[in-house]
Amino acid sequence: MNPAAPAIRRALTTPPAPASSFPYNPGSLLSVLDLTVDGVSRLLVRATELDHEDPIVRDRILAKRRIALLFYESSTRTRTSFELASKALGADTTLVSNLSSSIEKGESLKDTGLTLRALGAEAIILRHNSSGAAWLLEEVTRLPIVNAGDGMHEHPTQALLDLRTILTHLRPGVSGVKPGTLAGVTVMIVGDILHSRVARSNMLLLPRVGARVLLCGPKELLPEQAARSSPGIEIERDFEAALKQSQAVMMLRIQAERLAGLQLDLEEYKASYQLTGQRLAALAPEAVVLHPGPIIRGMEITAGVADGVQSAILEQVTNGLAIRMAVMERALTAENGGRA
Amino acid sequence: MTAVAICGGRLVDPAAGVDGLKDVLLIDGRVAEIAGTGKLKGKNGAEILDATGMVVAPGLIDIHVHLREPGQAYKETIATGTAAAAAGGFSSVAAMPNTTPVNDSSEVTRWMQAPERGAQVRVFPIAAATRGSKGEAISDYAALKSAGAVAVTDDGRPILKDGMMREALAAAARVGLTVIQHAEDTRMTQGASMNLGPVSFKLGLRGMPTEAETSIVERDIRLVAELREAHPHLHVAHISTAAALAAVRQARRNGLRVTCEVTPHHFLLTDEHVGLYNTHAKMNPPLRSAADRDAMIEGILDGVVDAIATDHAPHAMHEKEVEFELAPNGIIGLETALGLSLRWLHREWRMPLGRVLSLLSAQPAALLGLKGRGTLTVGSYADVVVFDPKVEWTYRATESQSKAKNTPFDGWQMQGKVRWTLSEGRIAYAQA
Repeated sequence: MNPAAPAIRRALTTPPAPASSFPYNPGSLLSVLDLTVDGVSRLLVRATELDHEDPIVRDRILAKRRIALLFYESSTRTRTSFELASKALGADTTLVSNLSSSIEKGESLKDTGLTLRALGAEAIILRHNSSGAAWLLEEVTRLPIVNAGDGMHEHPTQALLDLRTILTHLRPGVSGVKPGTLAGVTVMIVGDILHSRVARSNMLLLPRVGARVLLCGPKELLPEQAARSSPGIEIERDFEAALKQSQAVMMLRIQAERLAGLQLDLEEYKASYQLTGQRLAALAPEAVVLHPGPIIRGMEITAGVADGVQSAILEQVTNGLAIRMAVMERALTAENGGRA
Repeated sequence: MTAVAICGGRLVDPAAGVDGLKDVLLIDGRVAEIAGTGKLKGKNGAEILDATGMVVAPGLIDIHVHLREPGQAYKETIATGTAAAAAGGFSSVAAMPNTTPVNDSSEVTRWMQAPERGAQVRVFPIAAATRGSKGEAISDYAALKSAGAVAVTDDGRPILKDGMMREALAAAARVGLTVIQHAEDTRMTQGASMNLGPVSFKLGLRGMPTEAETSIVERDIRLVAELREAHPHLHVAHISTAAALAAVRQARRNGLRVTCEVTPHHFLLTDEHVGLYNTHAKMNPPLRSAADRDAMIEGILDGVVDAIATDHAPHAMHEKEVEFELAPNGIIGLETALGLSLRWLHREWRMPLGRVLSLLSAQPAALLGLKGRGTLTVGSYADVVVFDPKVEWTYRATESQSKAKNTPFDGWQMQGKVRWTLSEGRIAYAQA
């Protein structure tokens, strides 16, 4: 037995982490990383085309195709938006929610997915409270799975619609993207980053089209690890200093349902991080203001800012419809490996 | 009289300082004679096992397995778990008490060792340190020891209260038992399903900080130091963090009886191996950062680690085919421990074969006081593993003898193929 610590650490070969086999289905959109920058660009261009398409022509694109919406969490925007987008392309949709289905009786996600497939579902849009659920569903069903939010992990269509909104304001007339399209643009994301799937998807997407992403929030909601989780991410804890550098400001809601016992002084939070008209006018009078919703007026954002001229919050909702049309078209018509 | 002669092999018995071409004669469950190749005097009438080109070594000893009986036979039984052990070269396993009911009594301890269980190798029960593993009242250590328990632990439900842990260490020391601690401050790991770090952030999973392990190891060592006069023995189960290992190292330097084990997955894998929510990479303690994993390798190579143990934790397929956060912790490991240790510790990292085997037999035997095991001197138990050290093979979970198939090592390259495992002179496994 030699209890002395070794003087020199040996350089050792260790087993590499396994390569991913996801996505199995080329139509799936589990993560924004499933898309190349070209793939993102095609979706953005297609979203604009579909937006302007004759509704009667559009209605034939996915005529009578069956799409299931499987929702384990409550949702207004995302659910309605996916449903209307699917229907606008002529698809039949059915909604299964955890509160009014056999999920309440203990049916597993795997069995629920297999049941929907047996009923003829050709694609499933999944919203789930557990991170990674979309990957499990894809692995067991091999259907095109569109991730409509998994736990604290990702919400890829939200990041795509955010990108569309940012482009409209900061790169008017540009519909597609390239790696440098948002060079010189700083997008700040403020607040409860730790629990936010919207933040994670944007952090993975925006740097790939050239944007600098600045994260802002208190340590409890924005751990240092966030900056190390992907390239192109920086942390600036001083809200006003961050605001001064930003052309787009994305505010997030404090996710009370995910705090898990974390104690936060909300008055202190508001004093440090609330986006007020005064701060916006003084520090970022030209910036576009985004929020994935639901917004809590008077908490992270004042009513005046939410309804103000710099706010693009409702535009984001409208853009969601166009993006989701493009995503659902891709889901059911994708060929040759989807990554392309 | 039953006699088996293992002839032509290379005997590697680190505890006895033997490494050379020797034949071994086993009679009635004991080692009867050891002689140079072809020179056994008493082998007339013995069954001959031709071990030419193979390594003959003391049967492996896994001091951390979950056999799931009584009460969870759908995951594993003592019969299937010990069949997997035999296939992996193990002739003894120590079984954890988190069964249903919890093994906190001499009745359950005896039941697990009864011949009706159909064990293929020797099962040494480890009993609950507190009644029902509830952390409220010490169980009857003297009675448990006389029923066959070799240590006490509340594995999976760590003893958090200082007073209770102190009482367990003192009571165990009085009867000469080891206290095994699964070191985790569960107040810091609520709702967490992997290691806390950049990977858990990226995956949106709540993480377990390394401090949850380190703080309990440090607390336990403090208690061992306070009880120094009573000579308690603390064994840290499946240690996984660099800081906790450093604390064990320091405790040993201070002359305290503190030992630890490392699992193959903690010396091989990191939290990156969770990939995209692979539930076969979910266990507790979780796979850690590369720095922690490297510290485990260093600890093994420099000798501060006392044993390799698998934490064999079988689960039914349907239990792992769920959302990552909902999946139970644990992986099976009995059939991959030797192949991975030889492939990586011996071949890749150049650890001498005798030292690798010592971590899998002699040292675990000494740690739990299993007399006559972990060595092959005349008179000791005829627990033997015979393996071909040169064979490289691919592990297939579907071919496992265990009821369960939950392993991250499916499809991995292994080094060294078990030919025979003998338990007290009986052939418990023979390669098909």
